[in-house]
Amino acid sequence: MSTLNIINKSPFEKRTLDQCLKRIGAGDSVLLIEDASISAVSGTAFTEQLTAAAAQSKLYVLQPDLQARGFNDASLLDSIESVDYEGFVNLVVTHERVHSWL
Amino acid sequence: MTIEVNGKSLETDEEGYLADLNEWEPDVATVMAGIDDCELSDNHWEVINFLRDYYEEYQIAPAVRVLTKAIGKKLGKDKGSSKYLYELYPYGPAKQACKYAGLPKPTGCV
Amino acid sequence: MEEEEYQGGEVKKFLYVNRRLPHGTIYALESLETVLIGAAFDQDVSMLFVDDGVYQLKKEQAPESIECKNFSKTYRALEMYDVEKLFVERESLEERGLAIDDLLVDVELIASSDVKALVDEHDVILSF
Repeated sequence: MSTLNIINKSPFEKRTLDQCLKRIGAGDSVLLIEDASISAVSGTAFTEQLTAAAAQSKLYVLQPDLQARGFNDASLLDSIESVDYEGFVNLVVTHERVHSWL
Repeated sequence: MTIEVNGKSLETDEEGYLADLNEWEPDVATVMAGIDDCELSDNHWEVINFLRDYYEEYQIAPAVRVLTKAIGKKLGKDKGSSKYLYELYPYGPAKQACKYAGLPKPTGCV
Repeated sequence: MEEEEYQGGEVKKFLYVNRRLPHGTIYALESLETVLIGAAFDQDVSMLFVDDGVYQLKKEQAPESIECKNFSKTYRALEMYDVEKLFVERESLEERGLAIDDLLVDVELIASSDVKALVDEHDVILSF
């Protein structure tokens, strides 16, 4: 049973990322979009937490959102995969449900 | 839209629901029923008063299924039926009776 | 909507996840209204309260003081709408110095570590 969790808030402003990560488990995925995309960049205060989460969950970032904010795939954490809009749709259809953490 | 009740002009929305719940008084129901060519009997009032109490307690106008069940519980099984309530309020018990009672349109009715 | 009962169609299991304080934003009220609509359409509906969402069920709310509608009373009507269950995360309550006695309805307490299993039991997750 797997859930695609979508986060769109910056972890520096809101605690949504943390609130999500502590309540998901093996097989679940997290997609970072909009303002949350910057959490996928390596060397932030959230690098450690995301690296730990990647041990049991797949982590993705929406590339156009990251690019819009001045980062590219080279700045990403190794444990995070970048997806385009088509990849976003694929994630939605390959998971049993979506939990959008508004 | 407005309706005239005891010399006062009360505002309603485009479907005839009272804009300000606090402006309700029993004559509001009588006037609204008059517009629909309906004369209010004791049985009509029983439902109106029930709805006002329900709203006071739960802050919502109940969906028709919930209303039917709750009326049956409080006023007796014979009254807790769609047939009985639709005979009293042919436009729909939740919609028409809620309107007369000064409540907003029931949640779930779009 | 017609005032007949909703007939036919697939019944799905909905879980509404409530994560915010009431009154400061519209989220809690919007969630509650969506729950009532879902339940009127005979869907199988449960609610989960986590983080600041647990404050939505706090007893003795009097938002009339800030000219807001006291929709906390409406949580007590959910039973009549056949809303299956109200789940509250224990850790969220404890973090805020609250206990089950502070809540205005009967709820089922669950541990943070059981939230995933609860989510897994549902078809649709709506987060507010």
